[in-house]
Amino acid sequence: MVEQNRGKAVQTTGHAWDGDLQEFNNPLPRWWLWSFYATVIFAIIYWVWYPAWPIASSFTKGIGTVTYQSGGKEVTTHWNTRGELIEEMQRGSETLKQQAYLEKVAAASYDEIANDPEMSAFTQSMAKVLFADNCAACHGIGGTPAKIGQYPNLRDDAWLWGGEIVQIQHTIEAGRTGFMPAFGSVLGEDKIEQLANYVLSLSGHEVDATKADAGRAIFQGTEGGCHYCHTPSGKGLASQGAANLTDAIWTVADVPGASDDKARIQAVEAVIANGVQRQMPAWQGRLNDTEIKLLTAYVHSLGS
Amino acid sequence: MKLSHESIEINAGLMIVLTLIAISIGGLVEIVPLYYIKDTIEKVEGVRPYTPLEQRGRDIYIREGCYTCHSQMIRPFRDEDMRYGHYSLAAESKYDHPFQWGSKRTGPDLGRVGRKYSNAWHTQHLNNPRDVVPESIMPNYPWLLRNELDFSDIADRMRALKIVGVPYSESEEEYLANVEQFGVEMAEQFDINKADQSLITQAQSEDWDGDRSRLTEMDALVAYLQVLGTMVDFSKYDEGYFAEFR
Repeated sequence: MVEQNRGKAVQTTGHAWDGDLQEFNNPLPRWWLWSFYATVIFAIIYWVWYPAWPIASSFTKGIGTVTYQSGGKEVTTHWNTRGELIEEMQRGSETLKQQAYLEKVAAASYDEIANDPEMSAFTQSMAKVLFADNCAACHGIGGTPAKIGQYPNLRDDAWLWGGEIVQIQHTIEAGRTGFMPAFGSVLGEDKIEQLANYVLSLSGHEVDATKADAGRAIFQGTEGGCHYCHTPSGKGLASQGAANLTDAIWTVADVPGASDDKARIQAVEAVIANGVQRQMPAWQGRLNDTEIKLLTAYVHSLGS
Repeated sequence: MKLSHESIEINAGLMIVLTLIAISIGGLVEIVPLYYIKDTIEKVEGVRPYTPLEQRGRDIYIREGCYTCHSQMIRPFRDEDMRYGHYSLAAESKYDHPFQWGSKRTGPDLGRVGRKYSNAWHTQHLNNPRDVVPESIMPNYPWLLRNELDFSDIADRMRALKIVGVPYSESEEEYLANVEQFGVEMAEQFDINKADQSLITQAQSEDWDGDRSRLTEMDALVAYLQVLGTMVDFSKYDEGYFAEFR
């Protein structure tokens, strides 16, 4: 059963199973063998260059090094990925290119950024990425959230906590806690219905005039006390994050999505009855000052 | 019997034993030194065991297979640093059994997701991710809000973790050691004898799932997610400090 291989007699391993089943013992292909030797040589170079072998409570450090600035002085140590990262964050070619812009933006005022085409283009492109990584989970890609009722839309010019640069920056730095008490058990169904009629009348919706009148008394009086935060005109205090009730923009009750008058009333009633508790986390600490500045400029530009 | 090529080849049992030995050498050389190389775990303040509520949340995280799509290890690369924050330390998962590092990222890394989003966001997102992120491909987990949290065996779970080295306390002596290391407030939570009460207290302490009248699996999972990556205050350390451990 022994066959000829490339015209030469070949050896077998010498074992036979079932009487005549044998195995060739061909030499390994040359290309394969040399590749194998090459990997052995690669491994040896690797051991010499990089940290490799454990020895007692330490390990061979290799002769490769990495150099970076730490605590104001230059540190040169054996090669390691953490050192490499520090070096790249300090002296990498991409970092340095970005750094030049970041320093320029950090030193500039918001007006200067907005009026300088180069800085504002950089702000837009970098902030877009920061926004996608950090803000879009709630506010949606590009600043439009998935649904009305959860998180404020940043693409319109209505701002719960104020749309001035300094207010936006403070919102991002420190976060916000939005709170409206639940009036369900305090006022009862009838009064909440009256209030809902009044609230909808503020933005020009068709409502039951008698109920709206009764609602006005609750809103403007001490019983509901709504005017404390929403102000007597209904425009809302930015310091309390109180919504403007006189415009067509709804941040909690999905009034635009409601099919008829009754559904609109119900949407508003639900908010009054259950109250609102919303929280935006603080970003200071997670993002650095320049990143917050970029985001502030970007978010401000979305709304105008 | 001579240990020749032939004798190994025709003797399956012997071949298995020798194969195991050959493979083990590779594993042992890579793994064993990590236990005695002094730089493996960084010396860093703030890392603590999970509280009973967080621990139950972690069990649910594992039960639901979150790890099949989410890693919890930010690698020391510039792009990861810029997207997720500081790279993960070995010390940060020293009380994780098993660790949730992973390398499969169908979803984003969760190593520093703690306090990045609000509790309400997590609840909405776990219930139906598309309510908040329309382009998400994550499945819905609506039962987390429906299921009451079963914590009847929390003490046993903590005892099991204690065996593998998590410093939960049972005796007065262990409790006092925890007070020393983690402060009274945390040491109370790591006391196995008070596990039930600690769990309920923490569940009531914050509006995890938006309804304080019920203790659901959502409460536990959100409490766990909100602590991920938040234990170490990186502003206290120079950036070169952690590189010294490598």
